[in-house]
Amino acid sequence: MQTVLYDGSWDGFLCAVFDVYEYKFTDAQIVPEHRFNGNLFATVHHARMEQVHSQRVWKGLERILSVEATTALYRAFLSEEAESEGHLLAYIRYAFASGGNMEDDLGHASVLYVVQTARRVWREKHRMEAFVRFQETADGMYCAFIEPDHDVLPIISPHFEARYADQRWMIYDTRRKYGIYYDGSTVAEVDISFEDKIDEHNIAPAHAPNEAAYQALWQQYFKSVNIAARKNTKLHVQHMPRRYWKNLPEKQPSVSPAFTKKK
Amino acid sequence: MNERVLEKLSILADAAKYDVSCSSSGSNRKNENGGLGNAEGMGICHAYTEDGRCVSLLKILLTNHCVYDCAYCVSRKSNDIKRAAFTVQEVVDLTINFYRRNYIEGLFLSSGIFSDPDFTMERLVRIAKKLRTEENFNGYIHLKAIPGASDDLIREAGSYADRLSVNLEVPTEQSLQLLAPDKSRKEMVQPMKVLQNGIKANRDERKVLQAAPLFAPAGQSTQIVIGATPESDWQILKLSDGLYKKMELKRVFYSGYVPISNDNRLPALGTPVPMVRENRLYQADWLLRFYDFDVDELISPEDPFLDMQIDPKLNWALRHLDQFPVDINKADLNVIKRIPGIGVKTAEKIWKARRFGKLNWEHLKKFNIAANRAKYFINMRVDDFQRKDYTPQQIRNFILQTSHSKYAPNHSPQLQLF
Ligand code: SF4
Repeated sequence: MQTVLYDGSWDGFLCAVFDVYEYKFTDAQIVPEHRFNGNLFATVHHARMEQVHSQRVWKGLERILSVEATTALYRAFLSEEAESEGHLLAYIRYAFASGGNMEDDLGHASVLYVVQTARRVWREKHRMEAFVRFQETADGMYCAFIEPDHDVLPIISPHFEARYADQRWMIYDTRRKYGIYYDGSTVAEVDISFEDKIDEHNIAPAHAPNEAAYQALWQQYFKSVNIAARKNTKLHVQHMPRRYWKNLPEKQPSVSPAFTKKK
Repeated sequence: MNERVLEKLSILADAAKYDVSCSSSGSNRKNENGGLGNAEGMGICHAYTEDGRCVSLLKILLTNHCVYDCAYCVSRKSNDIKRAAFTVQEVVDLTINFYRRNYIEGLFLSSGIFSDPDFTMERLVRIAKKLRTEENFNGYIHLKAIPGASDDLIREAGSYADRLSVNLEVPTEQSLQLLAPDKSRKEMVQPMKVLQNGIKANRDERKVLQAAPLFAPAGQSTQIVIGATPESDWQILKLSDGLYKKMELKRVFYSGYVPISNDNRLPALGTPVPMVRENRLYQADWLLRFYDFDVDELISPEDPFLDMQIDPKLNWALRHLDQFPVDINKADLNVIKRIPGIGVKTAEKIWKARRFGKLNWEHLKKFNIAANRAKYFINMRVDDFQRKDYTPQQIRNFILQTSHSKYAPNHSPQLQLF
């Protein structure tokens, strides 16, 4: 078994696929460096990072597959699941071997894996589009913190760009330690360094004057729309799994805002 | 923002919550003016209530003051409750600020009747207008069309809102007479017709002129309260079918009656909410809209209530065992869709995948079918399952033994009230 290591990026993965073909590794596994256990007996090859390589693989796939299928490959990759590289490679081999007429062959384990995993990632994208909660800061920026199961920032970005075109915003993935920032015209990837007393768990000191009031209003709203006579905790938790609660103000203890006095 | 607004919000969100339609789907409003928001496609549920319902819109009443006295409504004149009213600006501010924080998809604004229908409708329209023209807001707006308001106001509402709705609430004129004597069916249908015409005209106009302004692009919907009055499921589904076909409604929502008074015309306080029945009606409604079922296939005046133990599709299949088992590898898509335990999406997957080779049970299991139901209705080898000529009753019992309802933990099976 030949082990091909890559840097964990999508481009890197495509470069690894390129090398699998280039060096005719018939029995290969592609593994990101951060997940490689350093197995002494493995024969290791480091994928050569060349943009022309990744582009050739991608163009080749685009030529024989539909847009849905190539998109599904990318989404399945974002799952970051340990078995994803294996299935992606098997899928790509099957695609090139058959000239591409295989995307609906769900009887094939890797085709099914890609389709189902892409859908799982897509569901996570939808969840994040739902569960992002912006907090307004004193300088008029809207900040949100998320911790998604999959690496979905690249695919949620267009949604927020289209929707919040007239406000500056930032969404930060606290697990993967990077964010996306929209400055009013374009979105860019960013790292952030927090100042004293402010971190991803508490940015209250940087809040705009009305922020606490709106969080309190939202909490009140969430409480008021509940119909006690219909309580169904199972359904509630199924739709809003607990692991997301920490970034949702409506699932936090009541905020007591300092309301501005009525003039 | 001040404390008084917090109190108003608690009163006016509380009073609006019995309207179950919270969907924000079906519109196609893009953010083309570089403003705030968009309303395209499915709409997002930003949260779920503790009873598991989708929270997608800021759903509030402008006021719960009302000059009418509909027995089934918490805001009715004779009810002794706290009253409140938002100002136009307060609703605008709440909507914009909730939207900017990604709490909501937009606004769902309904209202009690202040003094007369026009006075109330005019305010609803003013809020929508302000959001669209002053705040550049392109998020979702659902307005209630107030029966009795002038046709002009209804049309103006259509030019700002994505969706409008008139709630029929009770399924027949007879019950309406009994519970809401100030209201008439005719008055309720009038705004529906105005909207239907406006929507049709807009559709034609936009075919010729793509840039023509939108008119209620997400159509209109209505709500029917279930279990407050004695109507059967047959009457309700016939009504829905007519609303879809004749009024071209986008959605009919069913709301299990939550007892709110000790008026003896209504189920007593403490009567359980008929949630299973509500769920069965939604299932039947889906079969009408997405599975090409005809209403008369699902229910008849001779047997006018849906089965509470099993879903309407399974019920239909058990009454038509002669059409089963189906050969998954050969049958038409429409026939596959009718197999219990197989949904529309799965049926399509099966239909596509079988071109690459014969499908077997292992494949089907991976497609997320409800195996415990489907196995009785498909023609293939299923693990160690012995295919026999079971009677409908036997199949029913087997399936009931192996399934559990999502309403089970909090709700025991319900009694039929009437
Ligand atoms: S008119 Fe509307 S708000 Fe007023 S009592 Fe009747 S249903 Fe309630």
